[in-house]
Amino acid sequence: MNSSRLYLRYVAASIRAQMQYPASFLMLSASQFIGTLIEFLGIWALFHRFGQVRGWTIGEIAVFYGVVHVSFAIADSISRGFDVFGPEFVKTGNFDRLLLRPRSTTLQLLGHELRLTRFGRLLQGVVVFAIGVRMVPIDWSIADVTLLLAAIAGGAALFVGIVILQATLAIWTVEGLEVANTLTYGGVQAAQYPLDIYERWFRDFLIFVVPIGCVAYLPVVKLLGRADSVGVPLWMLDVSPAFGLLFIAVSLCVWRLGVRHYMSTGS
Amino acid sequence: MIARVAPYLSVFRMRFLIMLQYRTAALAGFFTQCWWGIILVMVLAAFFHGARSHEPISFAQAVTYTWLGQAFLVLLPWTGDPDVGEMVRSGNVSYDRLRPLDTYFYWYVRAMAWMAARAVPRAALMFVTAGLIFPLIGLGAWRMRFPSSVAAGLLFTPALLSVVLLSSAMVMLINLTVVATVSDRGANTLATPIVIVLSGNLLPLPLFPDWMHRFLFLQPFAGLVDIPSRIYVGNLTGAVALAGLLQQVVWIGLLILLGHHLMLRAMRRLQVQGG
Repeated sequence: MNSSRLYLRYVAASIRAQMQYPASFLMLSASQFIGTLIEFLGIWALFHRFGQVRGWTIGEIAVFYGVVHVSFAIADSISRGFDVFGPEFVKTGNFDRLLLRPRSTTLQLLGHELRLTRFGRLLQGVVVFAIGVRMVPIDWSIADVTLLLAAIAGGAALFVGIVILQATLAIWTVEGLEVANTLTYGGVQAAQYPLDIYERWFRDFLIFVVPIGCVAYLPVVKLLGRADSVGVPLWMLDVSPAFGLLFIAVSLCVWRLGVRHYMSTGS
Repeated sequence: MIARVAPYLSVFRMRFLIMLQYRTAALAGFFTQCWWGIILVMVLAAFFHGARSHEPISFAQAVTYTWLGQAFLVLLPWTGDPDVGEMVRSGNVSYDRLRPLDTYFYWYVRAMAWMAARAVPRAALMFVTAGLIFPLIGLGAWRMRFPSSVAAGLLFTPALLSVVLLSSAMVMLINLTVVATVSDRGANTLATPIVIVLSGNLLPLPLFPDWMHRFLFLQPFAGLVDIPSRIYVGNLTGAVALAGLLQQVVWIGLLILLGHHLMLRAMRRLQVQGG
């Protein structure tokens, strides 16, 4: 059986397992939806009081917000295996079993669980995005739609890449390191606003080091037809989502390196 | 009287000392909170940059308010006490029922120690970094300031103590839903966003629309971040500051009464799992 079919089997099994508790699934999704929407209240309050931020309106912010939240919801849903890698695989020694199977560890960890409850966050991102594009007229061309989808895919890849790096660290630290949350949740928090409102050093970090800006800020700037004030070369706007794929590729190389140095906890 | 309080004091001391030992966790938490704080402050700076009128809280006040929220982040009722969740799942909760103590206050004191011990090292590091080091590295505009006056500093102390008491009462309510549902996922998922917004941790409450201010001041979560922080920065002074302290005390009393009542009911129906 090839890898993609095997992955689909994993996914099907995971969905069936979660659907054993339909009420729990609905309630967790609903609270995810309401929970993330409540946080949007903070942004709304700031615009209610100040009107604009460095020339951006609330409709434009809603587009930035929607794109990054949808990307993150997808990533958070598929990367569960890597997310719990420290406590559930290294600490318990369960990773030894994965290593014995004739399949890649990446595939097995991705197949560990597809978290359906992240649907709530996804829906919330879509709703905010929809409100945003109603307030800011965008002349959708095929190129725009492609760029949007590429940005979401690139963003999901980037966030999965961060979680993979976090899991790689856990090979040595055993316990998961929540410091990675600064890049995932912190990255979402930062990228829900256009990056040009931040200080230069922070902006550059989010474009050139952990390229969240490349998968959220730059493509959306292009979609909104705004002049970019960060000063990256123009060609970068179109290809920027590819940096998310580059990031996950690098993460997977680091992961391989880490797995080679894995020493079982022996329990 | 002392003999009756003594066991609770030693429970507090024991858990406090145990929780103080997690130094790596404290350091990691501190680093995370610095990062969050910087993002929040930069967003505030961007919005205040275009401000035309006089706002109900100044930029400098809002910045210090934000850092206080980050410094005392672990004093917020994010989740139930993990030990209680574990005991309910494993059935060990029956041991706690056999102790000659009031289970509510036994867990309440444990929750207080659990939160206070984690807050002390994080807050100390935050005061040193955001308060003293920031001005030295050219981030003076984003620094955490000292209390605006001696009176503000003096009033902040009971307000901060009330945060621990109030938050523990809320943690107990979450614990009780864990007892009732044997799962800590549902309650924890919904508690976080409500706490983060209504306490003022995400955005200082005075920045919300004016017509919401009365409600925001009276709701119980304001006592967690908003009231103590506004007293500290000098945004609440005189009679209003005292009203804030009173608001905290009233909610502490109400929530403890409610929790204690619900606890009695839950324990009457408690079914111990496992063998």
